[in-house]
Amino acid sequence: MIEIIALLAIFCGLFFFLSGSIGLLRLPDIFSRLHALAKADNVGLALVTLGIIMLEPDLFNDIKLVIIWLLVMAASAISSHLVARHALRENRDND
Amino acid sequence: MIDLLWSIFDISLVLLVLFLAWATCSTQDMMRAVTLFIALGLILAIIWARLKAPDLALAEAVIGAGISGALLLSAIKDYPSTTTEMPSRRSSLVEWIINGMTLGLVIIMSWAVWHGLYMSDGVRLSEQVMSHLPVSGVSNPVTAVLLNFRAYDTLLELAVVLTAVLTVLNLNHKRADVSAASALLLGMTRWLVPLLVVTSGYLLWVGAHAPGGAFQAGAMLAAAMILLQLSNPSSLQGFNLSVLRSLLVIGIFVFVLVGIWMMSLNQDFLAFNPAWAGSLILIIEFAATLSIATALTLAYLGGRPMGWESANPADSATKPNGKPS
Repeated sequence: MIEIIALLAIFCGLFFFLSGSIGLLRLPDIFSRLHALAKADNVGLALVTLGIIMLEPDLFNDIKLVIIWLLVMAASAISSHLVARHALRENRDND
Repeated sequence: MIDLLWSIFDISLVLLVLFLAWATCSTQDMMRAVTLFIALGLILAIIWARLKAPDLALAEAVIGAGISGALLLSAIKDYPSTTTEMPSRRSSLVEWIINGMTLGLVIIMSWAVWHGLYMSDGVRLSEQVMSHLPVSGVSNPVTAVLLNFRAYDTLLELAVVLTAVLTVLNLNHKRADVSAASALLLGMTRWLVPLLVVTSGYLLWVGAHAPGGAFQAGAMLAAAMILLQLSNPSSLQGFNLSVLRSLLVIGIFVFVLVGIWMMSLNQDFLAFNPAWAGSLILIIEFAATLSIATALTLAYLGGRPMGWESANPADSATKPNGKPS
């Protein structure tokens, strides 16, 4: 039973990654692309991590997985912010 | 079923790495080439992990993709004119010769791998390593090879790194600092740098019995320094240059010192006494980590920091080789 829930979570996470990647390729400008990417990083990775934690009995490894997820979240938020800020400034300079 | 999925995963990895290598070499835009190169490094790291070589995967991710990527990106920033135009096309004859030689190299290497794996029944190096592991002082075979059985090679590798950095220091001054970073990046740096330092120490310590070691730990420490330099350059400016010089050479110094100490005990150079080997390796790795981190950070800075020439080399007692002129 727990395996089915875990697999479901992982596949939902993969769906977010897929839609994030499609968004990165298809969306028109840099801000909406960032928006699409952030969903993949945060929700997608959260669901995949959740799924793996359910399958992994070792508590130490579970904690490591959560730390990885938190680090990726922070890094993705900050780098999105930096890219967006840079793009905003370039737009302002061009106007 | 699981095997089939793994095969599909492995084949996609191989195709992806080949495609990324081709795209990196063939793209006209330098910026794009560097971005593709970083992606290539990450895929290579996954491939090493799949080949059950986590030490190499770590090194590739941290050095190949991370530090090299940062170095290449800063190199592009130094020469913005090269971002749009390629270097002049080579004549077709030269191109054919290069292609022919590359192809020849690939064929020879493929033959060597195939011959080594399937044709000869000689003694496998890994078997020799595993059989001598108990006297190496560590239980991680990779560290045993790097710091004990093949310690001389690692000493020379450190010398290569030092030589490269001395060249960088001689060629140029440190490039100008970037302007003040955003408050968010500063905030992240504030808690990420201590975490990176702790992780580096963990990698150094865990190298004795699990994947890790001086090169990975040193690169991780350098990553922390680069992050500091990028977000808050003033935090590195107060660094004592004499200390920096000592840190740059302390790895080789300690390595040679331990080697000579072993010679004085009626043994060969770097032939560790099995009873002490574990401690000796840890001491060498600790010093090497500091030197590698300093070297990579200085390489990223792109030249000698302000006041490098005027700092008195006599201040640093642990400096065995001459002052770079």
